[in-house]
Amino acid sequence: MTLLALPTARDEEWRYADFAALEAFALEDFGRWKEIALAPGETRRKCLILDGPGPELHRVRLTLGEGARAELFAVNAGGAYTRLEVEVRLARGAHFEFGGVTIGGDSTTREFVTRTIHAEPEASSNQVVRAVHWGEATGNFLGRIEVARHAQQTDAAQDFKGLLLERGAAANAKPELEIFADDVKCAHGAAIGQLDEAARFYMAARGIPPESARKLLVQAFIADAFVAVADEAERDALLNAALAALGDKA
Amino acid sequence: MLEITDLHATVGGTPILNGLSLAVNAGEVHAIMGPNGAGKSTLAYVLGGRPGYEVTGGSVRFTPLLPLAGGAGGGPVTASAAPDPTHPPLTPPAGGRGIDLLALEPHERAAAGLFLGFQYPVEIPGVSNVQFLREALNAQRKARGQEPLSGGEFLKLAREKAALLKLDMEMLKRPVNVGFSGGEKKRAEMVQMGILDPTFAVLDETDSGLDIDALRIVGEGINAIMRKPDKGVLLITHYQRLLDYVRPDFVHVLSKGRIVKSGGPELALELEREGYEAVA
Repeated sequence: MTLLALPTARDEEWRYADFAALEAFALEDFGRWKEIALAPGETRRKCLILDGPGPELHRVRLTLGEGARAELFAVNAGGAYTRLEVEVRLARGAHFEFGGVTIGGDSTTREFVTRTIHAEPEASSNQVVRAVHWGEATGNFLGRIEVARHAQQTDAAQDFKGLLLERGAAANAKPELEIFADDVKCAHGAAIGQLDEAARFYMAARGIPPESARKLLVQAFIADAFVAVADEAERDALLNAALAALGDKA
Repeated sequence: MLEITDLHATVGGTPILNGLSLAVNAGEVHAIMGPNGAGKSTLAYVLGGRPGYEVTGGSVRFTPLLPLAGGAGGGPVTASAAPDPTHPPLTPPAGGRGIDLLALEPHERAAAGLFLGFQYPVEIPGVSNVQFLREALNAQRKARGQEPLSGGEFLKLAREKAALLKLDMEMLKRPVNVGFSGGEKKRAEMVQMGILDPTFAVLDETDSGLDIDALRIVGEGINAIMRKPDKGVLLITHYQRLLDYVRPDFVHVLSKGRIVKSGGPELALELEREGYEAVA
């Protein structure tokens, strides 16, 4: 689909975007999708670290064959508006795993937008997104799950948590479930909070300085997003990239 | 070692401590008892520097004795759990007047040698005890100008202190206090104290939530870690039970934010027998 005009807040999947930043893109950028197809039974994992100066627009379309497994993990710590949009179509018994962290300050918007299409029975998907922001930054997760009428025994889960380190930062979660089958499991949760003051004082009382305490708590908070990364080195690289972004916080 | 003078403090604008004075010398254990709402936990939090507990008057001076061969402050971190009969000679700190405790940030108070045992130890999901304590110990050592402990050295120390408190080492690999029973949390607090080896411990109702066996283990742990000539303990408790194991040198009754009566260990028994109202 080629857009004839820039997205606006009326477009559901763009509603929390930074529209001033979108003007930096050419119209054709919005129609540019990276297409990836996984053969039946194939497993593929991709770890993305988006920490460039931005703005960046990444649109990925995944098509999974029967029993295929796609794992996508991403740190979104762009210096300006950064968006990762993923559309996944699952055949029978396929699995989609997504772990994402948006992290950063300034007045930047960083977002994940997923559309998970359970087109056939017995496929599963699991998405865990964490947002950590300060300054006047915004972190968004728009997650749409579609379950076709005959896609019975679908198991789809989506979990979002936001951690706002300062007043002025924001997080938006927009889970959207469109389910036409009747024998499915679709779980979703969203929560937004602040650093646990009791835990911070407990750490201080043991001698841990405030910035180290914050780092430990943020590390624990975002770890959920990457718990499914089987390779320890890859997991550490993701965590370190996210924590490096936290290090920018004065 | 710890000298509290005419301390006033408020919580949310409400006066809780109203002119509390108390001096604890090195080598002493003091027990503070008192009814609910007397200000016992507030005293602990004020000493620890918890945000929201505002000091409106008075002073707290902390004068840790320094081992002659030691670093810039606090006690040495020894790998031995047993009381050390050949303790190094002690010397008062330079200046002799100690530290203005209330001027320090909470983590600086810890590095200076203060340990606050929590009545309700806090759960920290996602952070293991080992990571938490190694971070804490090395932050304290760094603040004191000491070298950090390596992973191996730290685990050896942690294993010894866990054994002292009869806490399964596996529990220290789990997230801080998450899924621990009340008694396990209190034993874990004492393991933390053993590892951090403070100069002065303020223990806020460390005995609450303990069964009889755990009470004995915790009591023996406090003695092993803190009953030393260069250390002091302020033991906050509702009940006399813990004092059977940790014999206090002095007992104070706290009521309406001040010490209303002080005495020897017999005062605790008298309170237990006759109640706070009759005694205080």
